[in-house]
Amino acid sequence: MLTSGKTDNSINMIDKTMPQHKLTQLQELESESIHIMREVVAEFRNPVMMYSVGKDSSVMLHLARKAFYPGPLPFPLLHVDTGYKFQEMYEFRDWYVKKVGAKLIVHRNEDAISKGMNPNEFGVARCCGALKTGALLEALEKGGYDAAFGGARRDEERSRAKERVYSMRDSFGQWDPKNQRPELWNLYNGRIHDGESVRAFPISNWTEMDVWQYIKEENIPIVPLYYAKERPMVERGNHLIPAENSQFLLEGEEPKLVMSRYRTLGCMPCTGAVRSSATTIEEIIEEASIATRSERETRIIDHGSNSMEDKKKEGYF
Amino acid sequence: MSIAKQDIELLRLVTVGSVDDGKSTLMGRLLYDTKGAFEDQLQAVRKDEGEGADGIDLAQLTDGLAAEREQGITIDVAYRYFATPRRKFIMADCPGHEQYTRNMVTGASTANAAVILIDARKGVLQQTRRHTHIISLLGLPHLIVAINKMDLIDYDEATFLQIKEELSEFCARQNIHDLICIPVSALAGDMVVERGNNMPWYEGKTVLETLETIDVSGHLDENEFRFPVQYVSRPQTKELPDFRGFMGRIASGTVKPGDEILQLPAGKRSKIKEIITFDGNLDEAFAPQSVTLTLEDEIDISRGDIIVHADKPPHTAKELKAIVCWMGEEPLSPHKKYLIKHTTNTVKAMVSEINYRTDINELTRDESANELAMNEIGKVSLKLMKPLTFDRFEDNRATGNFIIIDSFTNNTVGAAMIC
Ligand SMILES: Nc1nc2c(ncn2[C@@H]2O[C@H](COP(=O)(O)OP(=O)(O)O)[C@@H](O)[C@H]2O)c(=O)[nH]1
Ligand SMILES: [Mg+2]
Repeated sequence: MLTSGKTDNSINMIDKTMPQHKLTQLQELESESIHIMREVVAEFRNPVMMYSVGKDSSVMLHLARKAFYPGPLPFPLLHVDTGYKFQEMYEFRDWYVKKVGAKLIVHRNEDAISKGMNPNEFGVARCCGALKTGALLEALEKGGYDAAFGGARRDEERSRAKERVYSMRDSFGQWDPKNQRPELWNLYNGRIHDGESVRAFPISNWTEMDVWQYIKEENIPIVPLYYAKERPMVERGNHLIPAENSQFLLEGEEPKLVMSRYRTLGCMPCTGAVRSSATTIEEIIEEASIATRSERETRIIDHGSNSMEDKKKEGYF
Repeated sequence: MSIAKQDIELLRLVTVGSVDDGKSTLMGRLLYDTKGAFEDQLQAVRKDEGEGADGIDLAQLTDGLAAEREQGITIDVAYRYFATPRRKFIMADCPGHEQYTRNMVTGASTANAAVILIDARKGVLQQTRRHTHIISLLGLPHLIVAINKMDLIDYDEATFLQIKEELSEFCARQNIHDLICIPVSALAGDMVVERGNNMPWYEGKTVLETLETIDVSGHLDENEFRFPVQYVSRPQTKELPDFRGFMGRIASGTVKPGDEILQLPAGKRSKIKEIITFDGNLDEAFAPQSVTLTLEDEIDISRGDIIVHADKPPHTAKELKAIVCWMGEEPLSPHKKYLIKHTTNTVKAMVSEINYRTDINELTRDESANELAMNEIGKVSLKLMKPLTFDRFEDNRATGNFIIIDSFTNNTVGAAMIC
């Protein structure tokens, strides 16, 4: 299952190094994710997959192709575009979506974008609120989606450790940590009232390391920004901020070339890079296996002690 | 995180203990000593004084939601992840209080092994018996008991042995066969990841060694073949105009092309034609793989049906009895209608009788009970609107369980194991 490419002949699944009838942990996670995706598609009227172009989305999309093979994807992809994504992300998105034959919906909060919403003047919280949360809720409502797949993982952040696989949202798209359904065995309760919706997280049980390993095993294409290269950066506190978009530089900040890469991809003004020389997936895994900082730390938005929990209550995935 | 390795196995754990037994500290210790916690997460919970584990509130590493941090107790199931070069672990962290029995049942439902904490000063309490009983009800094959806070009883061997003896007797009666007792100090780190120097008299494995070596297979493949159909794939594309594949995750057993199968509950027969995956067709598939099956004959199969080997069918009935753990705000009551979700099937059901309610502290049965309140456990009889195909939970965990849904609120209000 974890070999890339297809063969015409039947392949013998059982790797010689594994005892018979045993799955590796990645194969088990893969099977669980496929099961979740099929449940959602079978039980919801109109699902959509949130596609952020990042590595977790790449894995989720790959799993979806596996889940519904030999048929096509039974749902469209939704990219909530803040307009501040990296150029490489847009290029990758258009190339990859076409390659796998998926249907892509791009949604932007045009109103806020035309009013010049940005994190420096309005603050990170307001900017995310308008361009991400607001745009997402708008897109979900416009499409009439009753289920939206998201690539969030429980290991990302403390408040996510209790997130369900099916996360219930009220008709305002909001999450109430006190009103989440218990999830037993592999039985997901997808019954909702009119106007309510579900965010489904098929890779809940994956860790950052699992994602990298799987990308390697399966040869899944990812945005080149994840690989190290000399990039123009400014140093701000502990963060390396991309200098590509000079309008977001503060006074006195001088870009210089730094061998660096991104561990997570968000918006250009708010995503920090890390110093790195990892130019291959093997080197990234090597680096991740000795990393002492969690990946979310390079996201400027999480800092402040309950910030992710607060954002989720408002409807951010 | 530990060294990246691809062919490691997965162990799903549930950890249970009452408030202050040291559960969060133990999990924090596992995360800290296996480098499963990142430096910035440690930074966020570091107390002002000190460096290393001493200066860190280990419990804070695992206590997630804001409400919990304020109250200082674990009130929901939190999932934690860590890996060693030998295994990956998913730990469901559950509160142990009686009012959180439902959380514990939830956490235990997906686990293959349980870790229960006992405070060495207090020994085997009523709550320990309650926790053990629930673990046994949910059919977990392994129970690891960490007898914690050994530092507070001078690492006394005799006390440890006495607690172990008492537990062994109790577990034998509870149908738990693999009981492992380990003396630990989660705070000081003895026998969690490191052995420490304080208990030379203990020769067994540490907590981590135990977790890395217990059998995780669950022997799913040795059970009968059960394939609940999740989704019928009919792409009707140019390339695949007539394709009809049955998608699902094998709940138990193994399957090969050519196998004679039976579709239930209707009872139509056919043979497996192909086992399809994205990576190529398979000569054999086994639980818990997700696959797509095609059949030799055009028989009508839809979501909710189950495909099994023709010679080993499960039960099909419109009535059944089950042990239920109630999770709803409103009590379970006879003659009320509910929905049950069993494998991929959702069926209307009515409680015809409450056979008994278990006093989960005394482990006695009250046969006069006429409702089950939240967190209560009992045996009930159910009448179903249409026939359901199932196994007894004892024979097959995957096809012997279901959840109960309140058809008015849509909430999940019960977890059930078929008798
Ligand atoms: N002396 C000692 N104290 C411990 C040990 N484990 C936990 N504690 C303390 O017991 C208290 C409760 O621990 P905590 O992990 O929050 O318990 P929980 O409620 O079960 O999660 C805290 O003050 C811990 O520092 C231990 O092994 N020895
Ligand atoms: Mg705790």
